[in-house]
Amino acid sequence: MIYRGLAKYFNLRLATTLLLTRMDTMAKAPQKMRDLPPTPLSCPRIASTGKTGSWRTFRPIINTEKCTHCQICWIYCPEACVELDATNLPKINYDYCKGCGICAHECPLKIIQMEREGVT
Amino acid sequence: MSKVIVETGNRIAGFACQAARAEVIAAYPITPQTTVVEQIAELVEAGKMDAKYIRVESEHSAMAACIGAAVGGARTFTATSSHGLALMHEMLHWASASRLPIVMAVVNRAMGPSWNIWADFSDSLSQRDTGWIQYYCADNQEIFDTIIQAYKLCEDKSVFMPAMVCFEGFILSHTSMPVNIPDQKEIDDFLPPYNPPWLMDVDNPITHGNIVYPDWYMEFRYFMYEAMENARKLIPEIDKEYGRRFGFEHGGHVETYGCEDAELLILSMGTIGSEAKLVVDNLRKQGLNVGAARVRVFRPFPKDEIVNLAKNAQMLTIIDRQVSYGMEGPLHTEVKASLYSQTDSPLTAGFIAGLGGRDVTTQDIEKMVKKSLQYLKAGKVEKEVQWVGLRE
Repeated sequence: MIYRGLAKYFNLRLATTLLLTRMDTMAKAPQKMRDLPPTPLSCPRIASTGKTGSWRTFRPIINTEKCTHCQICWIYCPEACVELDATNLPKINYDYCKGCGICAHECPLKIIQMEREGVT
Repeated sequence: MSKVIVETGNRIAGFACQAARAEVIAAYPITPQTTVVEQIAELVEAGKMDAKYIRVESEHSAMAACIGAAVGGARTFTATSSHGLALMHEMLHWASASRLPIVMAVVNRAMGPSWNIWADFSDSLSQRDTGWIQYYCADNQEIFDTIIQAYKLCEDKSVFMPAMVCFEGFILSHTSMPVNIPDQKEIDDFLPPYNPPWLMDVDNPITHGNIVYPDWYMEFRYFMYEAMENARKLIPEIDKEYGRRFGFEHGGHVETYGCEDAELLILSMGTIGSEAKLVVDNLRKQGLNVGAARVRVFRPFPKDEIVNLAKNAQMLTIIDRQVSYGMEGPLHTEVKASLYSQTDSPLTAGFIAGLGGRDVTTQDIEKMVKKSLQYLKAGKVEKEVQWVGLRE
């Protein structure tokens, strides 16, 4: 219903593709006002709004030797900053982890420690 | 085949939404708008509209759903009144800054407290700076025609802005009038399917409304300013084209009546503008040289049209169905602002009338005109803002 038939659908797709091409150029170097799309549209890309992990005050550290690979931290992380390897061992992406501490709170074995950033 | 039906303003707005082939409607009922969405719900339920009707829990959500649907490429419609429109306020900015051609019927109702369900423009005029185009209608035929025209305008590639089609609660919303509904094929020909330049598409993901730092934010706001200037040019063209095809034209920005040789002009909006035409007829019989101009589009404001109209006039009687506390009626302000850079501008007198649904009769308007003529004779406006019909 929303796409009135295939023909229109392909027209729309074409229009979007053209705009994305334009925005790819823009993402590299916005030079002139007329290079911009008419409204803020952007292609999803890594760190399009900066590495937000720099906001962190406390850094979660997982004791990987005691970890049972239960994946609770992976489920609870609100920013999807816990990544799992092939054996489901969690690893935190510190580029985006804001240090909220939810993983440490939820960990059933309490083996995630929150350590103050900048303290060695 | 075109047909004539006798219906209330609200049901006509529903039929216009159907004729425009809106695909997604998200709305929340509020008096006096309720029968607009009832009508659309009936049409969708009966299979007479190929559309998705989304029931939501508030007006804020109604506009959010319309924004989502419009970003997905659908032609969208909603309707509201008064406090419902006020609750939408945040989303109104989202719709215009996302450059989505959403059309919304606003059935004008006074803001509370004191609780009041009757007509004035305090709801829609409070939303002046949200980036929405604002049309004001004076009869049911104009409601139908303007909704179709609004889609044509909003979806133009040089515009891509949302529009409110405003009409006064009960005075039009619940009053039946004969309305000519043009042939559907001809409407389809006038208003082809919406073809968005960008679209939310899971296969080609893009982020909408992402953060923009101070180094580029102003440019996006300039685009909106520019789009409104483009709309300013298109509004009379679209009205004329509509009139050529369907036989109904509403004056573009401003509907004029007997203005050519008039020394005094009655400026107003909405149904007071229709009432003013009767006053012009009456007063011309008494030998008074008056004309009436009804501002049909408040944003973009028709400043050039006002300047042209004022060239031959010596006195402007400006009637506002709304007051901006701490200043005057909004139409009064805008008219004076439009004339400021002109030399030899006419005198202006502002009248606040008809708030909260109080009747504005031809006798009331005649009194305003006669008061203004006294000012003109004296060469001085003694009281710039007057409240009409205040009780003692």
